[in-house]
Amino acid sequence: MTDVRVAGVGLTRFGSHPERTGRDLFGEAALRAFEDADVDRADVEELNYGNFMGALAEHQGHQAPLMAEAAGVRCPATRYESACASAGVAVREAVRTVAAGDADVVLAGGMERMTNLPTDEVTEGLAIAADDLFEVRAGVTFPGAYALMANAYFDAYGGSREDLAHVAAKNHANAVPNEYAQYREEVSVEEAMDAPPVAEPLHLYDACPITDGASALVLVSEEYAADRDLDASVAVTGTGQGTDRMALGDREHLARTPAADDAADAAYADAGIEADAVDVAEVHDCFTIAEVLALESLGLFEPGEGISAAREGVTTAAGDLPVNLSGGLKAKGHPVGATGGSQIAELTRLLRGDHPNSEHVPDAEVGVAHNAGGTVASAVVHVLEVAE
Amino acid sequence: MSDNGAAADASPPTDREYAEWLDALAGGDGFALVCPDGHGSLPPRRVCPECGSAELSREPLREAGTVETYSVVHVPSPRFADDAPYATAVVDFGPTRLTGIVRDGDHGRDATPEVEIGDRVAVGVGERVTDGERLVVFRPVDGE
Repeated sequence: MTDVRVAGVGLTRFGSHPERTGRDLFGEAALRAFEDADVDRADVEELNYGNFMGALAEHQGHQAPLMAEAAGVRCPATRYESACASAGVAVREAVRTVAAGDADVVLAGGMERMTNLPTDEVTEGLAIAADDLFEVRAGVTFPGAYALMANAYFDAYGGSREDLAHVAAKNHANAVPNEYAQYREEVSVEEAMDAPPVAEPLHLYDACPITDGASALVLVSEEYAADRDLDASVAVTGTGQGTDRMALGDREHLARTPAADDAADAAYADAGIEADAVDVAEVHDCFTIAEVLALESLGLFEPGEGISAAREGVTTAAGDLPVNLSGGLKAKGHPVGATGGSQIAELTRLLRGDHPNSEHVPDAEVGVAHNAGGTVASAVVHVLEVAE
Repeated sequence: MSDNGAAADASPPTDREYAEWLDALAGGDGFALVCPDGHGSLPPRRVCPECGSAELSREPLREAGTVETYSVVHVPSPRFADDAPYATAVVDFGPTRLTGIVRDGDHGRDATPEVEIGDRVAVGVGERVTDGERLVVFRPVDGE
């Protein structure tokens, strides 16, 4: 086993890119990642690429060879699909490949193009991440599923829409200085409270936007980095994945996400750390309630206590444990198949000290990334540490 | 594809066992598949998704279930364009939970009832307002 280093990260601006194809978005992210890494493209041994709904959005299946072309690499290329955790699983397989010594250099990331579809078709597209027979045909939308979890959470532990509004306000504030973020404007708790309902108790500002974007990471072995004297100070020290029953109604608990518990346990064990070592986190806040559930699955808060973390200032930029300093999916944006790679790119920048929000975590040494698919039937967790 | 509000996918269920399960539900004979350890699931199943047992038997659902969570959906998918707003709920029926829409009358839009966690509801089969496709419908139990 070798240590896995993040040699370089690349992102597109997240937002609306109506006149660009997915291949161009991923090509841009990969170009930036190679520039950041100072690694020769010819050394790339595999491309692990995440994408969820390209067949619907761009009538484009079989995207991996296309993305290898866009990135200028020729190597085995595979598309990974795990709904909103597509890039998370792509990165995880890249980490495992390098850690096992099967490759020294892997390009990993993902892309999603969504804004070219009308909103109702995006809603329909995202719903295919749920169980078609027993959920989608029964009227469950993606926001609706998280709304079901939010009401179950309120019933089990307490909490209110206002607590969730504080999560939205926090993440929007974090996105303001982030040059890659889709929404770089603050949203007040009052504005979030007054927004129209999507699926009660979730309103407009509880939901992430519809986003185009891509992410790319150049992951290398410690030996490769040392041989070439690369500036690759951040290591991926832990990876974990969990799977749960597909339909929310079949879960053990409607207000918890056991797949993420399992992913976190495995990632922490892999890294040899406990949850209390975590200094900074990027979590999958596709809806505000999802951030709460993530914090509890990661062991950063006890069940029932994550709901008040933003309101009490613990997870704000100035708090003891800043969460989603990138702006999160909520404000930075959520190009579904790119998000898992984007989280690791942002965490790497935060730990290296070159993120616009790094000033809030000057001494951070351990970061955790949490990426979820569907209503967390899939979850991937990674631990990143400053290695030198 | 949906500019006139038509469903993006109006095709009927293509899984025979699912269709038969809906038929049973519509006839008041809703059931779950239950393994010897008591894990409930819904068809099609060859093994219990919890423990892998292949010994699955049909057990009737309870006559009334308990609402465990719900949401009133205001922004629907195209298949439910004319149904919104509607109340989705996850309801415990004993060996399994079911997910469906809560209605208080024969049709959707004007009959979305007030729903609370803990409410008692019966289950049957109704039609989507948007396209007439069959779906799981819960109705409040009288006197509750």
